Amino acid sequence: MIVLWKETTARARCLIAVVLVLLVGAPFVADRYTLSVLTLILYFAYVGQAWNLMMGYAGQLSLGHALYVGLGGYVGALLWVWFGIGPWLGVFPAMLVAAGFGAAIGWLGFRFGIEGVYFAVLTIAFAEFTRIACDNIGFTGGAGGLFIPYEAQRVGEWWNLRGGQFLFYYVALLLAAAAVVLTALLARSRLGYQWLAVREDQEAARAVGIDVFQAKMLAVVLSAAMTAVGGVFYAFYYGNLFPAQVFDIGRSIELIMAPIVGGLGTVFGPVVGAFLLTPVGELLIALTSKLGFDHPGAKAVFYGLILMVIIVLRPTGIWPWLARVLGLEKSRK
Amino acid sequence: MTFAIVLNVLAEGVLTGLVYGLMALGLSVIFGVVRVVNFAHGEFTVIAMYATFVLFQYFRLDPLVILLPLAAAFFVIGYALQVAIINPFVGRAEHEQFILLVGLAIIIVNTLLMIFGPDARPVLLPYAFDSYAVGPLIVDKPRVLSAFAALVLAAALFGFFRFTRTGTAIRACADNLVGAAVVGLNVKRLYAFTFGLGMACVGAAGALLVAIADASPSLASTYTLLAFIIVIVGGLGSMAGALLGGVLIGVSEALAGFFFLPSMKSMFSFALLIVVLVLRPRGLLGRRA
Repeated sequence: MIVLWKETTARARCLIAVVLVLLVGAPFVADRYTLSVLTLILYFAYVGQAWNLMMGYAGQLSLGHALYVGLGGYVGALLWVWFGIGPWLGVFPAMLVAAGFGAAIGWLGFRFGIEGVYFAVLTIAFAEFTRIACDNIGFTGGAGGLFIPYEAQRVGEWWNLRGGQFLFYYVALLLAAAAVVLTALLARSRLGYQWLAVREDQEAARAVGIDVFQAKMLAVVLSAAMTAVGGVFYAFYYGNLFPAQVFDIGRSIELIMAPIVGGLGTVFGPVVGAFLLTPVGELLIALTSKLGFDHPGAKAVFYGLILMVIIVLRPTGIWPWLARVLGLEKSRK
Repeated sequence: MTFAIVLNVLAEGVLTGLVYGLMALGLSVIFGVVRVVNFAHGEFTVIAMYATFVLFQYFRLDPLVILLPLAAAFFVIGYALQVAIINPFVGRAEHEQFILLVGLAIIIVNTLLMIFGPDARPVLLPYAFDSYAVGPLIVDKPRVLSAFAALVLAAALFGFFRFTRTGTAIRACADNLVGAAVVGLNVKRLYAFTFGLGMACVGAAGALLVAIADASPSLASTYTLLAFIIVIVGGLGSMAGALLGGVLIGVSEALAGFFFLPSMKSMFSFALLIVVLVLRPRGLLGRRA
């Protein structure tokens, strides 16, 4: 961490400090709605970062990350509903289960040389398979959904993650910040460089003695476990889980938008992407309803357009460009 | 008696599968040549279904009459799409192509949602309840006609690639891009032509699918996934593989719907996909890349 701090430029340090102060202080000035939007942004920054580790750094395209969100959510929620085990503890089994699924998918994929589009479709297949299974399994509530009951007397039990917008906002902030630090640390670790090598050229990576299989497996397992934490947060924040919603491929796509728009394989890309996309989405809802064009599809159409425009104009994402404009990059010696 | 029922379910699966196969053929042709994964495939299929619905509802045109003009219209759309948007993305990273086409898919689905609403729109064919009896088999007339049309179109496409000069040139592009460019083939034009052909399959399949399912926006992502499963099971880039994959998936869906729950049918397709990917990653009839 100290090394990280030393390596950032003075201007970047100021910016990080200002942003952190703003985010920590936000709940004291923002209204409930703004705070809920901010919570959503931080959530997407977090899960986007988890996906970014796997795709942006290790170069493995997963289009089924909703699987890990759903698994994490279900494990966390079931432990709480059945046994009264709180999420701070329940998050560990949740991570374990998701990591297990990730390991199974990774093993199948990497052992048998399934790559690129094939691997992506494999991840979709597992997510869809689980969605339909959960839809038809009784003990998870099936298609009718699983609910975390609202108990008025429990509000304020932060040790059980029961509380209001305030609590969830700070938890989301903590998660997002921790994910950024973790990514930054990993990016300059031995493993991080191995990932980059694998991403750029697997054969060359193998030739210099990198265990490609192991590096990819670590990326999937780590990413799955991190995403599961987001799933537990999701379950307790919204208080309900429907297989058709959490495991839906639309969710997987939603989750990967922030890192792609922000910049794949960068530490701050997912955060910048989330801060850009989520408010734009909210703005579009407000705008279309003001114009009397109140249709949920209208927002999505704009969303689709934005995606196409960004990928045509800035395929590497916003952050690398923004960092240059703001002068945050270190000059190369 | 039970045997006859299972036989009927199988026949239904095969007939449905052939139409699925035609749709997946479009994806396979596009990927096999242009090397772009069309993540908006199901979305375009649903557009074709709605077009068929509108033409049937307001002009009383039979889907089998609409078939060829719709395929032609989709050829033009595909050609234009490739020229206007997709060409610069050829050879770029897969996730970039993916974002581009997912963006397009989101626009299509939600535009359809705004125009037609979320409810399913059935095409009530006058012969919807007619059927043929062959021994113990009783098969729906619309399904038989659709499957037959799908087979004829697939055969025509096959013939085109095998016997015409343009078809041969396209195959040359798929086999060796540099070589094709060296001998003076206009690769960009051929790519656009191929994308058009793939989309023509989609247009035709959409017209035929109304005999099997009611048009609704929610079908779009289902069909995209279905097309991917079929093509991967059959082998990406293999035309016969796409049809075989279609039939396999059609049969597995029909059997799963009969023995388990209709809502669980795609679970079996996904299971089949996972098994094929693990045992034979290049698909049943796919060539080693």
